[in-house]
Amino acid sequence: MVKAPEAGFQFDLAKRNAYLEAKGVKPPAPWKTGTTIAGIIFKDGVVLGADTRSTAGTTVADKNCEKIHYIAPNVYCCGAGTAADTENVTGMISSQLDLHRYALQRQTRVVTAMTLLKSHLFKYQGHVSAALVLGGVDVRGPHLFTVYPHGSTDALPYATMGSGSLNAMAVFEDEYRDDMSREDAIKLVAKAIRSGIFNDLGSGSNVDICVIEANDKVEYMRNMEYLQGRTYDRQQPIVFKPDSLKVTGEKEHAVVNLDAVHIIEGEPGDAMDVST
Amino acid sequence: MAWQPRDTSHSSALGPGNTGPSLADPRPGNGNHSVRNAVLHPTCGAQAFAVIPAAANGQPHKHTQDPYVTGTSVLGITYKDGVMLASDTLGSYGSTKRYKSIDRLVRVNDRVVVGAGGELSDFAYIIKLLDELATDDFVADDGVQLAPSEVHSYLQRVLYNRRNKFDPLWNSLVVGGVGPDGRPFLGTVGMIGTAFTDAHVATGFGNHLARPLFRERHRPDMSEEEATKLLHDALRVCYYRDKQSINKFRIITSTAAGVKLTEPFALETNWGYKAFVDPTANATGAW
Repeated sequence: MVKAPEAGFQFDLAKRNAYLEAKGVKPPAPWKTGTTIAGIIFKDGVVLGADTRSTAGTTVADKNCEKIHYIAPNVYCCGAGTAADTENVTGMISSQLDLHRYALQRQTRVVTAMTLLKSHLFKYQGHVSAALVLGGVDVRGPHLFTVYPHGSTDALPYATMGSGSLNAMAVFEDEYRDDMSREDAIKLVAKAIRSGIFNDLGSGSNVDICVIEANDKVEYMRNMEYLQGRTYDRQQPIVFKPDSLKVTGEKEHAVVNLDAVHIIEGEPGDAMDVST
Repeated sequence: MAWQPRDTSHSSALGPGNTGPSLADPRPGNGNHSVRNAVLHPTCGAQAFAVIPAAANGQPHKHTQDPYVTGTSVLGITYKDGVMLASDTLGSYGSTKRYKSIDRLVRVNDRVVVGAGGELSDFAYIIKLLDELATDDFVADDGVQLAPSEVHSYLQRVLYNRRNKFDPLWNSLVVGGVGPDGRPFLGTVGMIGTAFTDAHVATGFGNHLARPLFRERHRPDMSEEEATKLLHDALRVCYYRDKQSINKFRIITSTAAGVKLTEPFALETNWGYKAFVDPTANATGAW
């Protein structure tokens, strides 16, 4: 009888793996899942950006997935790493904050979301592979945090995560200024995500942008830049207008040489006439 | 057959300089992993006084597998008049910033410049090989010197051959210059012999940090000012985000007029963003 697999993490092989590693056997390297996510604090709020490619190994699993997750009306979170982990962790914390808001009758603070996320991730010691860029605006102003899979956080004016993070960070380091306008901030984040899309194989397709401002004012621009469109639309069947082509010459070929065919008269079923 | 000391001088079969361990030597008696090879005979003819313990035990020679003193990225772009290569002047010993005035950009001849990241002792050997080639050219005195594409090709073959003997020269090289047709040439060679040419190249971290900026802003007809500004911006980003770098750079330029190497310079950096002042004002426990 086949036993159903146990739920949760299995550490039965930890001792064997440690022995093998001591003998020089290299463990398989973790998949670096492809993503470029970025966030920036501008004058009155936060702009979050993400690409839309989801990969399973070297195959693109979803060409247009959503990586900017809802946490609270004024808090959104971009997720890189294992897709299941980012979706579920942000979903869990979002539900917890729903209940929290019912109890407190107050707007969610970004640090609350951050603390819930980091506590959860630290508890699982990095096995929940979620690298997040968390941003929002609350009574204390705009905030931007990065949360790493092991549970550490950074509070930053501009942040990038994922396999395309260096490409996006290069753009930020070159062009970020304090107190940018809303339009400039959106343009800069889109440029950073594009840098990841065009320079990193793990990132691709389109650019999603989410702008969060005070008093729960959120603009979620799904596919703000649609870069995966076909550059060439093939027409089938190809239709040529009657006079659009120039006739350069004509040649006649006999397709069937009827002289080569000998027609034998007779009833069907007659024996073949084999007399020479 | 008695063991013979191998040449250190030019052997036309081997090319200039030493190309590697005794496996490269076609003479019989050398190139096998016998105990004879355990004893190191000085080529001056003095008595042997050193031994390779592993070879004495019958194991094959194990060559250097890890780099020790390393240089980080090299950036290169073509522009209207030629090519520009840029790098910092740091030689790192692991995580230590050990040598702060290393020149990782060198002039081969009036037309060719080479930059390297990776193991600096291997780069010193490569410079020796290129120097021998350039000296041969000078001695021939026929007005012909090595073209950048020829140096690129040569280095590609040297590195690939060393890789095949499992004894790589642990370097990422950038070769640039103005070809005999007057057109700028820029190419790169990796430690396993990967080689290609492009309008802009980078090694190491530069690939992730500088190439995106080059792809946005590079044009083949850039002026010298625009090219310098682009390199400065890329170097600055590399300094911000590469832990093995310092704020001390040099740029080498190769044009039809010759080769120019700038004095070491520093770039303006900005660490004064508002959010850096008190990042955790609203986030107790974060950092």
